[in-house]
Amino acid sequence: MDAILLQILNGLDKGSAYALIALGLTLIFGTLGVVNFAHGALFMIGAFCAVVLSRLLTLSSVSIDPEKVDFLGKPLKVETPYVELWFGPEVGAAIINWSVPLAILFAIPIMALVGLAMERGLIKYFYKRPHADQILVTFGLAIVLQEVIKYFFGANPIPTPAPDAFSGSFDFGAMIGMDPNVIIYPYWRIVYFLFAIGIIGAVFSFLQFTTFGMVVRAGMADRETVGLLGINIDRRFTVMFALAAIVAGLAGVMYAPINSPNYHMGMDFLVLSFVVVVVGGMGSLPGAVVAGFLLGILESFASMAQVVAFLPGINQIIIYLVAIVILLTRPRGLMGRKGVMES
Amino acid sequence: MLALDKKDTTLFLIVLAAVIFAPFLLNPFPEGSELAQFNAGYPDLLQRFLIFGIFAIGFNILFGLTGYLSFGHAAFLGVGSYAGVWMMKLLTMNVVPAILMSIVFAGLFSLLVGYISLRRSGIYFSILTLAFAQMSFALAYSVLTPITNGETGLQLALDDPRVLGVSQVNGSIPPTNLFGLPMRESFELTMGGWVFTFNAGYYLCAVFMMVAFYLAIRIFRSPFGMMLRAVKSNQQRMNYTGLNSRPYTLAAFVISGMYAGLAGGLMVAMDPLAGAERMQWTASGEVVLMTILGGAGTLIGPVLGAGFIKYFENIFSKINDNILHQWFAFLPDGLEDALVFVIHPFIGKGWHLTLGIMFMLIVIFLPGGIVEGFRRLAQIGRRGTGGGKKSADAVPAPAE
Amino acid sequence: MSGLKNINRRTLLKSTAAVGAGLAMPTIFTSSASASYLNEPTGSTVTLGFNVPQTGPYADEGADELRAYELAVEHLNGGGDGGMMNTFSSKALKGNGILGKKIEYVTGDTQTKSDAARASAKSMIEKDGAIMITGGSSSGVAVAVQALCQEAGIIFMAGLTHSNDTTGKDKKANGFRHFFNSYMSGAALAPVLAANYGKDRKAYHLTADYNWGYTTEQAVRESTEGLGWETVETVKTPLASTDFSAYITPVLQSDADVLVLNHYGGNMVNSLTNAVQFGLRDKQVNGKNFEIIVPLYSRLMAKGAGENVKGIYGSTNWHWTLQDDGSKAFVKSFGEKYGFPPSQAAQTTYVQTLLYADACERAGSFNPCAVVEALEGDSSLPGVSSPSNKGYLFDGLGNGPTLYRAADHQCFKDVLVVKGKENPSSEFDLLEIVEITPVAQVWYEPDNPQFAGGALGTCNPGA
Repeated sequence: MDAILLQILNGLDKGSAYALIALGLTLIFGTLGVVNFAHGALFMIGAFCAVVLSRLLTLSSVSIDPEKVDFLGKPLKVETPYVELWFGPEVGAAIINWSVPLAILFAIPIMALVGLAMERGLIKYFYKRPHADQILVTFGLAIVLQEVIKYFFGANPIPTPAPDAFSGSFDFGAMIGMDPNVIIYPYWRIVYFLFAIGIIGAVFSFLQFTTFGMVVRAGMADRETVGLLGINIDRRFTVMFALAAIVAGLAGVMYAPINSPNYHMGMDFLVLSFVVVVVGGMGSLPGAVVAGFLLGILESFASMAQVVAFLPGINQIIIYLVAIVILLTRPRGLMGRKGVMES
Repeated sequence: MLALDKKDTTLFLIVLAAVIFAPFLLNPFPEGSELAQFNAGYPDLLQRFLIFGIFAIGFNILFGLTGYLSFGHAAFLGVGSYAGVWMMKLLTMNVVPAILMSIVFAGLFSLLVGYISLRRSGIYFSILTLAFAQMSFALAYSVLTPITNGETGLQLALDDPRVLGVSQVNGSIPPTNLFGLPMRESFELTMGGWVFTFNAGYYLCAVFMMVAFYLAIRIFRSPFGMMLRAVKSNQQRMNYTGLNSRPYTLAAFVISGMYAGLAGGLMVAMDPLAGAERMQWTASGEVVLMTILGGAGTLIGPVLGAGFIKYFENIFSKINDNILHQWFAFLPDGLEDALVFVIHPFIGKGWHLTLGIMFMLIVIFLPGGIVEGFRRLAQIGRRGTGGGKKSADAVPAPAE
Repeated sequence: MSGLKNINRRTLLKSTAAVGAGLAMPTIFTSSASASYLNEPTGSTVTLGFNVPQTGPYADEGADELRAYELAVEHLNGGGDGGMMNTFSSKALKGNGILGKKIEYVTGDTQTKSDAARASAKSMIEKDGAIMITGGSSSGVAVAVQALCQEAGIIFMAGLTHSNDTTGKDKKANGFRHFFNSYMSGAALAPVLAANYGKDRKAYHLTADYNWGYTTEQAVRESTEGLGWETVETVKTPLASTDFSAYITPVLQSDADVLVLNHYGGNMVNSLTNAVQFGLRDKQVNGKNFEIIVPLYSRLMAKGAGENVKGIYGSTNWHWTLQDDGSKAFVKSFGEKYGFPPSQAAQTTYVQTLLYADACERAGSFNPCAVVEALEGDSSLPGVSSPSNKGYLFDGLGNGPTLYRAADHQCFKDVLVVKGKENPSSEFDLLEIVEITPVAQVWYEPDNPQFAGGALGTCNPGA
């Protein structure tokens, strides 16, 4: 029982990341009709926003400590971050410690700019082109983006810890009245899950309850008619692209403490999130979210030792297996609409 | 000729000539010169051009004609490779049984995958094929290690049975051969400053490539090919006329799977090792890129695309700072360093970056791929050869 | 056996170019040609092939290997301060290249994929006329390229490869490994673990689901079980995993009190980070502190895991804080050239290059068979009594007295047991050496079951 509960928790967590990326992908696909293979790269750039901010915050003034020597026997350079010089060591250290949550504020404008630049500079020329061309050009862009990141940050993962306040884990089992020490879960993962729920809720309410969202939804259903009504739907779609980039970026920022960011993390997620989108049903936002959590939870269950002992290798293929079964039983995924991306 | 019309005959002959003379054409720079770095006329790369050409031609029969975008074709290449290596381990180092079995196994596997995946169309089909390929890759890498030798890749050993051949010759594994002619046998021709290498394996690939290319032309021009194009243009209307399109698409799928198997078989015939990464989604994606870059739906496009990508992978990745400094050694020191600094991110470990930029440039400016580029050039120059005999060495200089 | 190509093109050309351009000179080389071995250098230079991962997850390690190669070439050609050439026990190297020929090199990208690595190695052999290939940062690639070099008739000096198979079931006569292996890690770690954590421990293994993972799990399990530990569970994790929470949480549920992470690279960084996040290290099981072990450490990866490595035991081939003359000389010349200390990957590749050059000098030839004979030597390690204790003994390259064993082309030397440092003084000072395990303790016989199967075969000169 507790093992199952734990795997559900794990699955919710992994599912959050899948759902957030798939949500962004679906926003772009649903509004603009573009298959964006660079979406994983946006996630990765988000994670690197966290890295960049923590680098900026730890920019240091260098002084020389004459008493100590470095590995070559030269005087040791001592680095003191400017923020610690300006705000005093304690406040400075606290700011540095909180760099990941602070990076949310830092990432929103950056991701919005990246999204706008991508849409205006490249994607808009591809609305009328075949999906294959869209895939190719965004895939090329994804390679370029990740190579640029690799050029500046190297190929190794870069540790980006959560604030100390969230670094521990808490006893979830004891909280819900089970034996202590059985279900332990890291604080940051709970934060990540709640954060994802918050973002998903915000996106849905934005689309559901604002006039802007209403127009966008109408545009998703029938772009031409909305255009005939004299509404500039293109500009709204541009905004939606930026919004999708922000969602992917924030998913990346908050993910940085869970797995140290590296330049190819976007590609690692890209294929899986496409599977998620398709299993959910192309163009369906709730489908993307549901499929994200579903696949996350199934993946966690499949990795339990008891399951693997019974079906060797199942943990390697579960997502794909589920995708095949769902697509064969439900032709358009869980919540797909007829006629979308079928030709 | 050969039951082809005039235009196709010309194309076929041009490709034939290009393939036969590729060891000359792709070695345009004399050996000692600084530009020799850009020569692609050595056996391994020449073989790869043809093998991936075959792979892409087969993929194009499915994608170019029917519009079905398979994202899992590398799995068939991988299955073919494994079958081929197993034939060499169990039976003989002669490549013929290995290649035949590669085609057979890839065909059977593609029949299975195609039968299931073709129940859906559009992106749902793509994801189904992707899922099958990724499952094959993940399993081959891990739990199927007894069959595939996992991460290391399936390779020959000194104690393999090889019932129709010998296990070892003087403590070495015998080379792959065609009835006694070793595939790595080469013959070198030195002419002035140039050295041209003619490799037995390459010409075996060339024979298969020309057969594969000829069959592709025939398929493109046949009623069967017309049927496949009809699937692409409007499958629904086709179904309404009472035609069941599934057998046609399945046939196309299996044919292209067998092409992939042939490519896999040739790969292990040239170099007897089969690695699981051959089946990864990036490998499947690569053949998609080759086909689209070259020009999907055209006869020669996929071959050009294959050449383009393999050229980048093998030539650009080997240029290092040291070589750059040699190139620019005639410049003043400051300028030399500046130039090296500017070009450095695009070569050697940065070859991916250059490749990504090239992808984008070609898709943005040449929607029909490299073939369209040639067509436009032909229009401008009114030469109208429309060909593509110069393949990958037409790549622009490294810097942007 | 026919060669891929029987002569080094560049050098041939330099001699034939003089004949005159207009005159076509068909020269035909087939298996009956007169060259005695593949790519025999006939001019004033000799070409080595450095085949390292330049793209993909191990690109940084590959970059460090490349730096070490460039440094080695500089030293061998007589440049720089000579580095470990000055401390090397063999004095055959003169600083004038190899056998008087200046060393040139070509580089390639393995992409950490067997196929790409072999393609790159083949182009070095066929196009550039390389006489030796070296490099790699994973066992799959090392084994694949080693097999290629055996078939082609080229010497392969392995880079960072830790799987038992490289010199076990996949060993080849033309291939040599200086790096240590899974068995040695297990044999060196187990006593230190028993001394620090007690002999009554229950271990839970998470193992990367591929060959290296399997051999490492087996080695650590057998060594620790030999000292009284119990193995509760071994679970394989997919290589593509990025989040290990689903594998870490069942550890909490078991009654294990030690977690062994048979992971490397990005897998190691993530699984260790996850394990620490889930509070494993704060846990008490069976009245003991829960402990985590990483059998193969690399400083570059330890950096990726950040704070989480503190206090965690593992093993490593070499570390820059070693105080012997060879290590000090190497750290000094590497540090002065590049500004930071070398990694273990850099050390092993630098040493491999020196060893190859030295073997050529001692053999008086580049012929692979002569080089193999020189590297197989006929000396033995002091302090180990075994009939297989025969090979080429050397010292002064950073690991103490080292034997290149003739029977399987594996180096035998002391192994470092290290621990994540609690108070690092710099971003490079992440590991502290806990113990230098003497070579006698990590010695094994070539027929050890973990290395069973496979045969060296005979050397292949390729012509």
